[in-house]
Parts: sequence; structure tokens; C-alpha cells
Amino acid sequence: MPTGILSYSAYIPRYRLAHEELGSALGMGGGAGSRAIASYDEDTTTMGVEAARRALGNGARPAALYFATTAPAYFDKTNAAAIHAALDLGSEGFALDIAGSARGAVGALRAAAASGGLAILSDLRTGKPGSSDERDGGDAAAAFLFGPGERVIAEVLGEASATAEFLDRWRRPGEMASGQWEERFGLEAYLPLIRDASSRALAAAGIEQADHVIVSSPHSRAARTAARELVGRVAEEAPAIGYAGAADPGIRLASVLDRAGADQSILLVVAADGCDATVLRTTEAITSHRAEKPVAEQASGGREVRYATYLTWRGLLDRELPRRPEPARPAGPPSARSESWKFAFVGTKCDDCGQVHVPPRRVCVGCGATDHMSRAALAGRAGRVATYTVDRLAYSLSPPMIDAVVDFEGGGRYTLEVADAGPEDVDIGTALELTFRRLYTAGGVHNYFWKARPV
Amino acid sequence: MASHGIHDRVAIVGMGCTTFGEHWDSSADDLLLDAAEQCFAATPALAKADVDAYWLGTMNSGQSGTVLSKPLGIDYKPVTRVENMCATGSDAFRNACYAVAAGAYDRVMAIGVEKLKDTGYSGLVRSNVAGDGTAPEETLTAPAAFSLLDPAYCEKYGVDPHDMRQAMTHVAWKNHVNGAKNERAQYRTEVAKDRIAAGAGKVAGRLGVMDCSGVSDGAACALIVRAEDSHRYTDTPVFVKALSVIAGPASGPIDSSYDYTTFHEVVACATDAYAQAGITSPREQISLAEVHDCFTPTELILMEDMGFSERGHAWEDELAGVFDLDGELPVNPDGGLKSFGHPVGASGLRMLFECWLQFRGEAAERQLDSPQLGLTHNLGGRPGSCVSFISIVGANQG
Repeated sequence: MPTGILSYSAYIPRYRLAHEELGSALGMGGGAGSRAIASYDEDTTTMGVEAARRALGNGARPAALYFATTAPAYFDKTNAAAIHAALDLGSEGFALDIAGSARGAVGALRAAAASGGLAILSDLRTGKPGSSDERDGGDAAAAFLFGPGERVIAEVLGEASATAEFLDRWRRPGEMASGQWEERFGLEAYLPLIRDASSRALAAAGIEQADHVIVSSPHSRAARTAARELVGRVAEEAPAIGYAGAADPGIRLASVLDRAGADQSILLVVAADGCDATVLRTTEAITSHRAEKPVAEQASGGREVRYATYLTWRGLLDRELPRRPEPARPAGPPSARSESWKFAFVGTKCDDCGQVHVPPRRVCVGCGATDHMSRAALAGRAGRVATYTVDRLAYSLSPPMIDAVVDFEGGGRYTLEVADAGPEDVDIGTALELTFRRLYTAGGVHNYFWKARPV
Repeated sequence: MASHGIHDRVAIVGMGCTTFGEHWDSSADDLLLDAAEQCFAATPALAKADVDAYWLGTMNSGQSGTVLSKPLGIDYKPVTRVENMCATGSDAFRNACYAVAAGAYDRVMAIGVEKLKDTGYSGLVRSNVAGDGTAPEETLTAPAAFSLLDPAYCEKYGVDPHDMRQAMTHVAWKNHVNGAKNERAQYRTEVAKDRIAAGAGKVAGRLGVMDCSGVSDGAACALIVRAEDSHRYTDTPVFVKALSVIAGPASGPIDSSYDYTTFHEVVACATDAYAQAGITSPREQISLAEVHDCFTPTELILMEDMGFSERGHAWEDELAGVFDLDGELPVNPDGGLKSFGHPVGASGLRMLFECWLQFRGEAAERQLDSPQLGLTHNLGGRPGSCVSFISIVGANQG
């Protein structure tokens, strides 16, 4: 039985920062295009959950999660554990962060391929105002489920790596921007590494030229130059959302898988402090098991925000907040007790009368039965607005806060913040779906929970 | 539900109420003492030394009976601190009444206080219980929670949102007209309807700041004795006809059958209170109602929950002036939470204070023509998840 990618999905956040807006705000040249930006309530963990949920849409329950990012929401705490909880995977299994450089993406993919796990590549790219990192970065996530089976859509044919220590790009923990050496130096360092790893990987796969080629690197010029050398038979149509760090190879691989035919080869080159080249080949199954939401479709949508809004969302502009107390940080023991509720939106259903409760209750609201409950997972359920409000007084990084009373298909109701929407997008009856978000950060603790967004 | 009530068994024989407002110069201690001293001064036959026990209502201005015993210098007597959200002051009164009715004490005081203006924040500040961060109350503000009523009500009854907005404006306008006539009220100016409407939507949903109750400091109190002893202390006691507190299962926010156009807790509370008081036609029998107008849509819903208006028609009654000071059933003649202000622990007792004044003919410009029965009401919490209090008091026994 073949082993390889079983399913995949990308997540591109809804918001965009147009280069023109950035340029005009800073009084410099803008140019065409835009970058994808995570909303104020998103981070690499929440975006990773989005991508992973989509990749696991078939109900798969991977035994291991490998989470790669250059922008972890926490250090000294496993972010993959929060993702594991949000995916409602129970307590068994492995969840690992591979945090640091963009090369972590390859680590996650290789580990998942070796063990039959889920690789989650998620990144949020920041830079100093006016920098090329700020302008040319992008926020996104992608997830790839590996395993054996007849439904494998792409197999790994060969891979090769090269490693070198040189000072091209660096960032100390806690800083929001990276340092970079002079561009020419990095270019000269990378190109031989890319040529070396790519030729060895292609040789291992037994092919001379790949149908599809992806070259991803934080050194954008090295990536562009190498891509001109390593031409694929089919031109890449990479999404124009900006360089997405550890998620960049994932987003672009997902984009290729969206379009590739059966029995086509893909050379995936990631150049970060060395170079890792992987050759994959699609199978017949690719034609019927593509991601539900193609990368191109997600990349083409988007709502532009002002530069000041972007700065505020990233914490780079210290704005006056409403004269309301800051919310309390979520407490450890209650959060642990309600793990399946808080992280996976699991409630209870009364065994006697069928009433659904979110959060779980021990005494049924419908019939009063006590402790006659079974679990009811609602994260994937469709919802509708029963009533709603726009709260202009609430503490929020992005006022006004919109809240809706959401009734779920099959039972259950909860009051949730509405994400990725303006007041004009919500009315009684509006269809909503759940999305995992960071409600706020208080006392150094991120408050992860679910919001609802218009479908 | 067996609710026997204590109809006409206890009476209020003295009351005090500070002005409500931004009392930068007064602490909660000062406010408590001011209200109590005012009460004792007006009740010469009953001195502080004669009071057997106290019930203190405060939501957030201190904990334990010492919050009262210290500023009043109470010498080793029972003091119970009561908290029941916005029904705090009312529940202190209720428990004080029960103690007298039970025969445990002869003379007791119920007193409520809140010092809201020391927090540095606008609006109420909750004291958070350590939680998992998933409760909407963590972030959604009180005006936003009550603004949920507006679109739900319009949707259910097919009310034109413009008409609903006008009715909400009328509530604020009416309560300011009344409060302007009240020397103790926080806001003593009438506010033109177009000014109220102009601010709509600036706080939450379609609520503007003029749709919200006043955030204020204040204290109020009542002396309670057995009804048969009441004339020893005053010629005009106020008799307690009914007391009801209802807490629901707080299921509205998680149960799709709740439609955000009613407070089930208030309906149950009114049913209980009317049964205790023998009221069958509340709109005809009640002379004045002091209700919990925390936000303007709340008052409209309450009119229906208490049986003053038919379902879906409170907005029309409001606009027709039914609840105006000179209307069929004056509601919040003292200005309500809206204009009098809402120092949480004091509000329920403030409502009783208006009944006290009205029955004694001391309500000045607001005086109603020989009122006989007054209703006071508080709602603590949010739509679908709250406690409700109703008292019915009368100028006469029987």
C-alpha cells in the first residue's frame, strides 16, 4: 500500500494590506498587489487550526501533529497541544512544535510523512514599518495529512538536504522584526545549496525535470533566481499573498495540488539556512480528493484594511482602549476542566429528551434529567443568528465587537463574537460557521475560544 | 410553587435616601451613614439603639456586615450582607421583612449602598470569578446584552424598527421628565426626544448613552416593624403586600426556545407577587410602578411581562403615554434608573422610597392622586439569565 499525502488544505486569512495603502501611509512607493494579514484575533495557532480542520474534513484522526512556525504564540508551552485540543483528538497522540526558522516546515512534513501524521505549517510575518519584510510577507497556514492507503494523492519519491551556517537572516526571541545581511551575500550562499540539494533529490527520484517546481525561501531573490534555473513543465501559479514563512511551501504545495493532474512530479525546494528538496508524484486519487477550498479562491478574496488598523492588530500601535476593565486572564484549572468545551466546542446532549447544551450542563435544560448526557461536538455545525448586537463599548483591539446569539443546526445555542465581519454583514437569520480564534490576551495568557463568521 | 407571602404582616415606618449621583466627596461609608441618619431623623420614635438587626445590600462596595457596622458604629448586632446582582437592595429588604414577620426581631433596617464612581470606568464593573474565558459576559457589555432585545422584539412582532426606536426614546424622555422633578435624582433635566434619538447606536446595537441608566453613587434604607406596631412610629406606614424573588435556570442564552422578547423570571415573579397581593388586573389596580429600566428596551419588555401591556403592544402603550406621570399607570415616576441613577445596592430601596413619598403625599411635583398600591421591580443579570424581584406595597392594610 502506498504512503503519502492523503489530504491537504490551506487557510488564507480574510484581510489584506494593499501595497498602495502601505506606501501612501508611509509616504513611499506602493505598487500593485497586497499581502494577506491575520486578523487581530488570529495567530499561528488559530490559523493552524483552520487549515488542519479543513484537511481533516474527512474525519481522520491523526496520531501525531507537527506544527511548524516562525511566530509561535507561546514559547515554553506547546502550541500544537492547543491545536490538538481544538481538533478534538482526545488525549492520545503526539503534538510537537517545530518553531524557529522557515525550515521547520520541512521538518514537519518529513516527520508527518515518516509516521503518518498531520503537518501543520502556519506563519504570521511581521517586519519593521516600511521594511520589505512587512510589505512582502504574508500570513497563512496549510496542513497535510500523511498516511498509507489507496487514497494517497501524492507520494514522496526522493529528498535531499544541505546545511550551511551563514549570517543571512536572524531574530532574537521577542522581537517583531528580523535582521538581514546584505542581499548579495545571501544570494551567493543559497544558490549552490539549492542546486546541490535539488539535483540530488531529482536523482533520488529518478527524474530530470519536474512537472511542477516550487522554490520557497526567506531570501526572496535567491528563490526567484533559483526558480528560473529549476523550471517545471507547468508554470507555477503561486498565490499573491506574500511570503508566508514556514507556511509558504505549504500554501504553494497546496496550490499545486489544487491544479496538478495525476502522475505528475512536484519538486518542492525550501531554502532556509541550507536547502531541502523533496520530489513528490501525484496519483490518480488527486483528481477526486482535492481540497474543498482551493488556494486561488482564498487568495482572490479578501478585505483591505488601513495601515493603521494593521499596525493596531499587530500591537505596533498602542491605541487608546475603551474605558472598560481589561478582561481577566483565563484561569488554568477551569480551562483544563473544560478543555473539550473551550478548545473543541463540545457540549452535551440529553439522553432522555435530546436537548443539546453548550457549554455542557449536568442538569438538562429541557427535561431536568441529571447526568444523563452524551457528548455533542458542535464545532462543525452550521448556525444561524437568533439576535445580535454591535457592542461599541466592549474591550476590543478592533472595535466595534459584534456578538450574535447563534442557534445551531440540530440544537444548541450560544452567544459568540462574530469574526471577519462588519455590522453590515450580520442580521437575524444570517448563516454562520465556527472558527477558532484568540479572543484576547490578558496577563500574558491567550484566551482561545470559538467565534462565528458569516458563511 | 408554595409561596405563602407575608401580606400586611410588616410595614415600613421610616425611610432615607441620599441624592444619587457622582459623589466624589462621599465614600460608601458616608453614603450609608447619610441615608441612615436621614431615616432616623425622620423617625424620631425609633432610634438607632432600637434597631435589632440589619440587612445590608451591596453588590461590589464591600463584603460582610462590617461594611455597615463600622461606619454606623453598630454595637454588636446582627448584620447580614446581601448580594443578588441588581436586586441586591431589594433582596436585603425582603430578608429583613421576613425576619420581622417570623418574629425573630421587632425592628430591623434594610439598607443598600453602591459606590460606582470610584472605579475609574464608565458603567458597571463586574468582579470576575476565575473562569475558562468562554463566557460571553467576559467581553460583552451590559448595554450590548440588553440591546439584543430590540431586533428580536421587532422581528417577532413585526414592529417597524423606527417605531421601536421611538418607543425606546419615549422611555428615556419620560423618565427624564419625571427625574427632572425629583430633587434626589442624578439627572434633573428634561432631554428632548431628538437629542435622545441623535445618540442612538453609539453604545451598543441601537442604544445610545441616553438609553442607559445613570451610573451613580447612593444609598437608601428602610425601617421595618410588625404591621400591628407600625402606628407607634408613624401615622403613615407603608404595608408590605407581596415580596417575590425568582431565579431561573439561566438557560435563555443556551436554549433556542428563548426568543429574547421576554424575561421568564419576571413573568414568574409577577405571577407570584400578584397572587400574594391578590392582584388580578395589574394595570388597573396598581397606582404606580417603579421598574428596572436599566436600558430603554428593558422597560418595554417589562410592561408586557408584568401584564401592563398585551404582548407585542408595549411600544404602542409607551408611545400613547400610558406610562407617563399623568398616564393610566405611571411607571418610574421618580425618574427610574435612567434619570434617578443606579447605584446597584441602593436602587431597590430607592424605588420603595418613591412609594413611601407618594403614599404620604410628599412627592411634590410628581405627586399622584391618592395612590394605593405601588410595585417595585428589579432585574439582576441579563436577558435569559437573571433574577427578578417584585414587591407590592400599599398605603393601607387589607
